[in-house]
Amino acid sequence: VKSETGFDHDLYHRFPTSEERPPAELEELKRIWCAPRGIEFLKAVNNNYVGLYYIGAAFLFFVLAGVLALLMRTQLALPLNGFLDQETYNQIFTMHGTVMMFLFAVPAVEALGILLLPQMLAARDLPFPRLSAYAFWAYFLGGSAFFCSIFVGLAPSGGWFMYPPLTSAAHSPGINADFWLLGIGFIEISAIAGAVEIVVGVMKTRAPGMGLDKLPIFAWAMLVFAALIVLGFPAIILATLLLELERALGWPFFDPLRGGDPLLWQHLFWFFGHPDVYIIFLPAAGMLSMIIPAVAQTPLVGHRLVVASMLVTGFISLWVWVHHMFTTGLPPLALNFFSLASMLVAIPAGVQVFAWIATLAAGKVRWSTPALFAVGSIITFTMGGLTGVMVGIAPFDFVVHDTYFVVAHFHYVLIGGMVLPLFAGFYYWTPMLSSRALSERLGCWVFGLIFSGVHITFFPMHITGLMGMPRRVYTYPGDLGWDVLNLTSTIGAFLIGAGVLIFIVDVFRKFRFAAEGNAGNVFGGGTLEWLPSGLYSNRSIPVVQSRYPLWEQKKIAEDVEEGRYFLPGSATGERETIVTSPVLAEPQYLQRMPGPGWPQFAAAVFTAGFFLGLTVQFYWPAVISGILAIASVVWWVWELDLPVKQKAADVGAGITVPAYASGPRSHGWWGMIVLIVVMAMIFLMLVFSYVYIWSQRPHLFPTDGDLAPMWLGVALNGVAVVLGVSARKLHDASPMSAAVLAVGSAAAIAAAFGVDAATAWNAGVRPQTDAYAALIFAFLSWQGVFVAVVMMMALYALARLAAGLLVRERPMTIESIALFLSYAAAQGAVGLLVARGFPALV
Amino acid sequence: MNGGVAALDPAGPQAAALADLSWILIVMFFAVTGVVLLATVISALPGGRAKALIGKRWIVVWGGLAFPAVVVTGLLIYSLAVTEKVTAGPASGVVRIRVAGEMWWWRVQYLDEQGVAFETANQIHIPVGRPVSFELVSTDVIHSFWVPQLGGKMDMIPGRTNTLRLQADEQGVFRGQCTEYCGGAHALMALEVVAQPQAEFDAWAAAQAQPAAATDHPGWALFADSGCGACHTVRGTDANGRIGPDLTHLVSRRTLAAAVQPNTPEALRRFIRHAGDMKPGLRMPDYERLSEADVAAIADWLGRRQ
Repeated sequence: VKSETGFDHDLYHRFPTSEERPPAELEELKRIWCAPRGIEFLKAVNNNYVGLYYIGAAFLFFVLAGVLALLMRTQLALPLNGFLDQETYNQIFTMHGTVMMFLFAVPAVEALGILLLPQMLAARDLPFPRLSAYAFWAYFLGGSAFFCSIFVGLAPSGGWFMYPPLTSAAHSPGINADFWLLGIGFIEISAIAGAVEIVVGVMKTRAPGMGLDKLPIFAWAMLVFAALIVLGFPAIILATLLLELERALGWPFFDPLRGGDPLLWQHLFWFFGHPDVYIIFLPAAGMLSMIIPAVAQTPLVGHRLVVASMLVTGFISLWVWVHHMFTTGLPPLALNFFSLASMLVAIPAGVQVFAWIATLAAGKVRWSTPALFAVGSIITFTMGGLTGVMVGIAPFDFVVHDTYFVVAHFHYVLIGGMVLPLFAGFYYWTPMLSSRALSERLGCWVFGLIFSGVHITFFPMHITGLMGMPRRVYTYPGDLGWDVLNLTSTIGAFLIGAGVLIFIVDVFRKFRFAAEGNAGNVFGGGTLEWLPSGLYSNRSIPVVQSRYPLWEQKKIAEDVEEGRYFLPGSATGERETIVTSPVLAEPQYLQRMPGPGWPQFAAAVFTAGFFLGLTVQFYWPAVISGILAIASVVWWVWELDLPVKQKAADVGAGITVPAYASGPRSHGWWGMIVLIVVMAMIFLMLVFSYVYIWSQRPHLFPTDGDLAPMWLGVALNGVAVVLGVSARKLHDASPMSAAVLAVGSAAAIAAAFGVDAATAWNAGVRPQTDAYAALIFAFLSWQGVFVAVVMMMALYALARLAAGLLVRERPMTIESIALFLSYAAAQGAVGLLVARGFPALV
Repeated sequence: MNGGVAALDPAGPQAAALADLSWILIVMFFAVTGVVLLATVISALPGGRAKALIGKRWIVVWGGLAFPAVVVTGLLIYSLAVTEKVTAGPASGVVRIRVAGEMWWWRVQYLDEQGVAFETANQIHIPVGRPVSFELVSTDVIHSFWVPQLGGKMDMIPGRTNTLRLQADEQGVFRGQCTEYCGGAHALMALEVVAQPQAEFDAWAAAQAQPAAATDHPGWALFADSGCGACHTVRGTDANGRIGPDLTHLVSRRTLAAAVQPNTPEALRRFIRHAGDMKPGLRMPDYERLSEADVAAIADWLGRRQ
């Protein structure tokens, strides 16, 4: 095997080692990774705890949104029913969709990633433990506040995709719609944080030897999941920002009377919304691809095809968003292109379905609750996928769009493709976390009720839709033949509810969290999460030689438990994990990890306070909370990049790796790059919005402006890039000059921004005037945020210098700042060229 | 208007093309579901030669890659023709009708060379056998226009005009409903399309184009004094409001409140007093200060004029 990093693969042959490990080693490991006690659970950052909190919260929201569904089904059981009034029903269906999509589905799969990935990759933890904890608390606090709006009648009622103008200030004057924007704002933050964590975790913290060809399918799925979040979520982030600006300040991005276009929202929303379906589905499909081999006791058939199909699905999912807009009056060319792209998804989906079927056939199925749910998923998801092909055909969509047929379709897809696999996963992985498995006897009932309930609820909806029943109606007439079908759906919904209720009872009866002394590998899985483990994950980190190490590497569990592999104890006396190379997973360095602490929790609380204050229009508390949130983040960041006690560490069998790294080897560099890609995608969506509005209303865009200020701004930003890059280069010689250059770079970015802002203001551009002016101010505002951030970063560099923390051996602080400065300056230059130059130059 | 599966019970060429497509897709759905179900059952149960055959990589390649590729290609080619058929513009002899979605009713304007020939609401008459071009607009929020027995749906988006071409080949009354969630009483925003022979249609159109007659009726005075004319137009009178539906020939309509209730004198009286009971959230205020007799007079006046 050719080495990726120069690491000698022969060193792997030193494992498993044969000498006795010192007895105190395991005790030290346990002490370092000890469980939080009492109130300390708020400080916890370990993935076992954060993952469990996360999945618990997501499940809570699933149950709450499910109760809302039962209320809706009760109302619709009979025609002209008076159980719920119109406004309440509208709030409930909006909350049901929003909570299911944003507070349950995305966080649930993200939670599973946080919970399972370190175990599957045999890492001690994910690379940014405090980021996971921050993401969780921001999501939980924000999501709870959002949900509570339903109890006081302040819940949004615009539908989960919140189309303006219905959601504009004119048609939704209350703060209900703002609650939606608030709730979504949190999930945006936590999803992005989770994506950074998962990309870097999967790429950089795998067990040595676990090359991409041996990466478990679930990890592949989470990688595509994270990539789609990075590419897809920016569209909804920008959309929510623009809508809030229109609602709060009257900047007309979507208002057609002032040059905006309601369809801009739909493009942005669905550019996020469709990938979101795969963001939810792919991790669940990844779970099935882990569970099915275990229940059939045979490797996944067509492993590479399945990996390829997930990558292809991720790619195609970025090119299908317009199929949600087939009835908006598009030209036939657009209809046909997006129809084709949508139908192509059937191919990678088909590959996965047949790979599961072939795997079941290749092995011998041992029936268990996970097996039942897995088989139920295959059938249900296939049916939803087929109706997906149907609605992907534009003329058929003309018929069923926005009817109950579509309601049936996406519930089949989301339940078959996500909820049933999730339950399979609950049953399958509970023994890994709990001292007892869930009940198999009750499991059959849970499966039977949920599976039959799903089909009884949703199959009739195909027919109700074809009969003409639109979605999102709080009632319907009794003389159209819709009543029997609706009553059937209601009965089915309560069967699902009964199944979930039994599941909850069983969880309370059986689930007892136990990282050590768990119930063990009761389903006979072959992947690393079934190694003996504790809060520190595995005692030692094995060398991986196969896709199913527990089936194919003899004695691996025993050797891992006896500390005969990498990192049998703690090399530095701190929390740590081995960082490996992205392709072949060769050990690169030892990452020291933060333990429990308050900063990320405080940051989450104050972030929540900030957004909540804005929503309920308590502006002063919001501002104070915002300042405290920033202070908490600074507190948090200050603890990064602290002095290293030892430059290198022995990670077992005499193999020594550095205890510090910078540049593309380091997890910090990767994290910053992923963050920058997110920022660049948000910016790209803003550029798209600008060009889109220009294409619809070109007359609003001046073509005769003076371009001199633009070129001045571009030049200043160019200087900023040079200064930023030089700061990193000079750091190795003189950290002080590096800090000064960083300050200079930030000042140049701010100067370019100042020139542009002054030019716009002096030319009389005011954001409320029309969509063009609003877009100019959107560019200015976005760059303005970056100016504020780079100024803070420059001050931070000076503070670190003053504190003596900016030293030659540890360039990560300046490196991260320099990366961000360079991006901010590049963005400023491109923003100027687009906003100022594009209409004149095209 | 019956309990049938409207989208599969076409009454015109566009709807027929869509219904044919729908049937093909429904057959495809059951066929493929059956295949996958069978394969899953075989693979999940013990033993058998079929099981041994399925448990190989070829099934992933042929079942997962090739099979969907062929099905999808076939469907796509067929669907291109259907798209062409339902979106193509007719040559000539087109009836032009502008329909505006309003929260939560339909403003219907019959167009001629000069512009708007006459306006009505919530009930659209069309001649059988002639192509109709609907110009779909909205001034408030997004709505969507759908009459399942006549064809596909099309959104009504503020700032745009979308064109939908439909045709009825048989007589009848076809129900439609708003399918884009438009807030509040979205559920109560239906309409009816009345397809009738050309001669009947011409007679209806001629009658609709006439202004209303007599204002020498106590109902008119009450109507005017109550300020109804601020929102409603009754052609031939001073009432020329543009906010609510044109009431000139209200009595000729089959339903009230956008196909929510049959248009009976009793229902009309209830609607005048408590419109919000029939359609919560609508902009028409309650008229409780009017006595039963006054309401009856207004209803009687509105009900007299043809």
